[in-house]
Amino acid sequence: MTSTEILLAASNVAKRFNSVVALKAASLEVRAGEVHALMGANGAGKSTLVKILTGVFSADGGGMVIRGRERRFRSPAEARQAGVVSVYQDPALVPDLTVAQNLRLARVRANTVREWLVDLGIPELDLGAFVRDLPYPVLRLIDLARALASDPTILLIDEITAALPADLSERIFGIIRRWRERGRSVIFISHRMAEVSALCDRATVLRDGLTVGVTDTARGSEERIVELMLGYEVAHAAAAGSTRLAAETAGSVAPALEVRGLRCGRLLNDVSFALYAGEVLGIAALEGQGQEELFDCIAGVRERDGGEIVVCGRPQNFRHPADAIGAGLVLVPANRQQAMLPQRSIRENVALPAYRGLRHWGLIDMSAERERVQQAIRRLQIDTRAESALQRLSGGNQQKVMIARWLASEFKTLLCFDPTRGIDIGTKRQIYALVRELAAAGAAILLFSSELPEIPLVCDRAIVLFAGRVVHEMAAAHADEVTLLRASHGLVPRREASA
Amino acid sequence: MTATDQTQSPLDTGPRLGGLRRFMHHHPSLVTMPALLAISLAVTVAIHPEYDSFDAQSLAMGAMPLALAAAAQAVVLISGGIDLSVGSMIAVCNVLAAATMEHATFGESLLLAAAICVAGALLGAVNGLIVVFSRVPDVVVTLTTGFIWGGVALLILERPGGGAPEEFLQLGAGFLVTPWISGSLVLVAAAVAIIWIPVQRSRLGLLLYAVGSDKAAAFRSGVNVELTRFLAYVLGGLLSAVGGIGLVMTTGIGSPLAGVYYTLSGLAAAVLGGVSLTGGRGGIVGPVLAAYVLTLIPADLIFLNIDPNFGQVIQGSLIVLVVMGGGLVGLLQGRKR
Amino acid sequence: MSAAADPAPAKGSAWQASAGRALNLLRRHTTAALLVLLVCFVGGIEMIVPGTVTPTWISNIVLFAAPLGILAAGQTLVMLSGGIDLSVASVATASAYLMATHSSLGSVACVLWGLSVGLAVGLINGVGVAVLQVQPLVMTLGTGLMTQGTLIVYSQKMLANAPRVPSFIQSLGSGKVLGGIPIDLILWAPIALVVLIGLRRTGLGRLFYAVGDNREACQLSGVRVWQVLLTDYVLCGLLAAVAGLVIVGGTNAADMSLADVYLLPSVAAVIIGGTSIFGGRGGYAGSIVGALILTVLNSLLTLLDAPEPIRQILYGAIILILAAAYTRLTD
Repeated sequence: MTSTEILLAASNVAKRFNSVVALKAASLEVRAGEVHALMGANGAGKSTLVKILTGVFSADGGGMVIRGRERRFRSPAEARQAGVVSVYQDPALVPDLTVAQNLRLARVRANTVREWLVDLGIPELDLGAFVRDLPYPVLRLIDLARALASDPTILLIDEITAALPADLSERIFGIIRRWRERGRSVIFISHRMAEVSALCDRATVLRDGLTVGVTDTARGSEERIVELMLGYEVAHAAAAGSTRLAAETAGSVAPALEVRGLRCGRLLNDVSFALYAGEVLGIAALEGQGQEELFDCIAGVRERDGGEIVVCGRPQNFRHPADAIGAGLVLVPANRQQAMLPQRSIRENVALPAYRGLRHWGLIDMSAERERVQQAIRRLQIDTRAESALQRLSGGNQQKVMIARWLASEFKTLLCFDPTRGIDIGTKRQIYALVRELAAAGAAILLFSSELPEIPLVCDRAIVLFAGRVVHEMAAAHADEVTLLRASHGLVPRREASA
Repeated sequence: MTATDQTQSPLDTGPRLGGLRRFMHHHPSLVTMPALLAISLAVTVAIHPEYDSFDAQSLAMGAMPLALAAAAQAVVLISGGIDLSVGSMIAVCNVLAAATMEHATFGESLLLAAAICVAGALLGAVNGLIVVFSRVPDVVVTLTTGFIWGGVALLILERPGGGAPEEFLQLGAGFLVTPWISGSLVLVAAAVAIIWIPVQRSRLGLLLYAVGSDKAAAFRSGVNVELTRFLAYVLGGLLSAVGGIGLVMTTGIGSPLAGVYYTLSGLAAAVLGGVSLTGGRGGIVGPVLAAYVLTLIPADLIFLNIDPNFGQVIQGSLIVLVVMGGGLVGLLQGRKR
Repeated sequence: MSAAADPAPAKGSAWQASAGRALNLLRRHTTAALLVLLVCFVGGIEMIVPGTVTPTWISNIVLFAAPLGILAAGQTLVMLSGGIDLSVASVATASAYLMATHSSLGSVACVLWGLSVGLAVGLINGVGVAVLQVQPLVMTLGTGLMTQGTLIVYSQKMLANAPRVPSFIQSLGSGKVLGGIPIDLILWAPIALVVLIGLRRTGLGRLFYAVGDNREACQLSGVRVWQVLLTDYVLCGLLAAVAGLVIVGGTNAADMSLADVYLLPSVAAVIIGGTSIFGGRGGYAGSIVGALILTVLNSLLTLLDAPEPIRQILYGAIILILAAAYTRLTD
């Protein structure tokens, strides 16, 4: 129950990093017993604001009042003591220590953490296990349990559902609701609109380092929030192109990529499907169903344990990404950090694959390169203002550069692994539109998305991966969220009556 | 894959390793290093059956500064840093000791030794302060402070000289209980026991490993990263000071250029002893034992009547082979770095 | 939907903004800034002892800076890819020694012998770092010790065949032409040109930067990283060998610790020049100026007639200050 007591009020927060202004005048007001969403496009300043609230950075201007007292945190330790604790996307756990040691580090009692872990579904965790040996979703839960155990007044949760299966996310929401009932508050950051409407009471929207609005998150507020995040014109312009036409798959033409009985590691057991030129094939799956291994094998990043990969009728043996690229298969990974050259310019990032072969180690044809790179940049509408180093660009622009890299080289099949994860809505829509364009121009596109509503918007067909196998295949018209979700859990879709 | 092998829950934490196996999995050098030392000693005795307590003494005395240099380096490496000025700090403390103790009594020399330990800690503190506050990478900082401390050592004693009271020298050159247990050995053991073990068991030890393993995660867990790194360098300075004092005990004089060798060799011994260059892993015992192994090599060569100049070749080759071998094993296991 | 109005600028932010712009300018033209610093040092020397800075003095500076500059070239190449090479001094010494002991075979042959050391050690370093994924610091540490040790043993066996520095090497290391241009500059200049152009305008150069910036990204883009790194360390070894030949020409005596004094300065020159020790950023132009600055610094200290200990302390302190200023700038 949201009272009117204000637990935290940040106003006119400003922060600049050298010459880049991250926040101009952001404000945020959180009431007791409230789940408050913090929303904004990438580059709007959300994570900077959060880091200031939790003491990782110090603000250049503005102030923060917690429970009536003015505070200014110089370190996460100070913020913790004041009851402001955050749970970030990557768990703040030290890999070479055991879980118990990590708890001691944060001065948190192991028993309390255990209780929370039971609530979160891992009652038998061995606290003597080394963090390095535990799987990623477990680490996120430990991080959350540890934060809860320190009994914070305000809990900040940043994109926690990004890599968790749906049932786990539900548990976490349950815990957040219980927390709210105790009169505590949660600041919730997520790009998933559905979660925000379901879980949060109000939302503060940032754009370009300013707070542009605060609204209730009742049903129907989604479009309003999108408008605030993007600015009115952009939000409505970008909506075009989201209605999908059901294309029929190519008939007797040989598939651009065919996978037969592919096996890899523990998680990928037996996957077979065909991908045709000119279509976008979507893959839906919960966490850990083998989709990462699948993409890694097709892209040549990992060696397969069994099965076949056939490109244009010829079986392939990939031992290095260069082999896959040579066969026309290129990968856009989910995690930009994997593929970016942070200190190099946009141009060098885009041109990188051109020099992979020994025969390209010699002198570069600078004007031809400039032409190629410019074309790709224009096509993707990349904002090139902060051109000196890629790390200065916003997340959405960085991802666009990763895609531009392949536009500037040649490819036949584009493998997109969750390309819009953690990206703002405006950029997402641009990327969808581009994917459709590329398919229309003859490319074959394999797209894995962790956000089910995306799939019918972008794809022609969809397959669902469960337990390392393909359990269902459908045309885009039938790939609604409910069907996909059920199939992802291994449930046979209701419509699948006759053969 | 059996037919019943369904989906792997993403929460599966894998099989529980028993306590001992887990320990060995995470501290391999505590098994390999003693084994390597035992093998080296066995080989030595096999080559030279007349190996007597005098040889054991020479080994202990010769290895002692290297062992302490390795220990100093290990502490800093564990915290995620590196200290390329260890040798120079040893040199400064060495000449400081020799210069001040030359005409001192035994009692005074002990007090001076304590004071020099503090001096060493101060040198380390300067390193730490600069690393933490200038944000210059530690390689660069300690490279240059190494220069500076080297100059300081030359200021104190331009040429090898100085001395110390006889009883003081006996502490290092003498023996405890039996001639097989050299004073130098005791000194190293005492330094490890008094300086390192209490730290390792305390919260500071936890912080050192945490910061070395993942600075950002430690910071977000509420650790004062800067203070921890600073203290690591202070400990490094302290251990280097003990090394410098020990050097006086075993050589009887102070030598301003003595330190040069110990920086890089101490680093090599630390790496051989299982300390990770990236931090967060390893201990002190491994590097100390590795120092003895490295010192045995020239001794063995003398026994074998091989030109002792080969010693450096073998030491260097040993390092190269060990790290390349480690890399090869990692490659074959398909481990990502 | 209008955005909230921009708040009035905070007090003092105008000053902050122009300071920010100045820093930005400095950041993008660091080599120019370093040149200014160099000129300041030279000016300082002229002020302390007027009349020092003459064309002869300048050409001497270049003469002494060349070996360091060539060593720094190799060091720049490996530091850009995120590594370091601590074996360059041993390689330089060994190369000089090998060349000197084979001087009887004629100019070309003895130089080839010298270069072969660089090639061999570079290959070993390359295999260790590129193929076996050993950390460069440790790997080159080991090969450096190994090379030095091997050299000592070799020199003992070679007592019969005493090393002799051929005259053309002597002129390379210490001679001048045309009334003042050092001959080693005639060697350094083309090397510098090749390295500068190579880093900016060739695929391999781009790859050095890319591998240093994010090795995994290179893999995903189809680059075979091991090939790049292997080439990197071989090139560094060769350049170290060349530097050795120049050094020995300057001193005319091939002894065991010939190049030791150049090891740490080679790293320092690259750091001062703006290349990040973690890789991915920097270049050779800065290293050239860095080498010149260090040489001028040395000269300055000699001029001040400072005793050896003070010189060492000042040397270290000044490098530290430069590195710290540099880090502040690029953060």
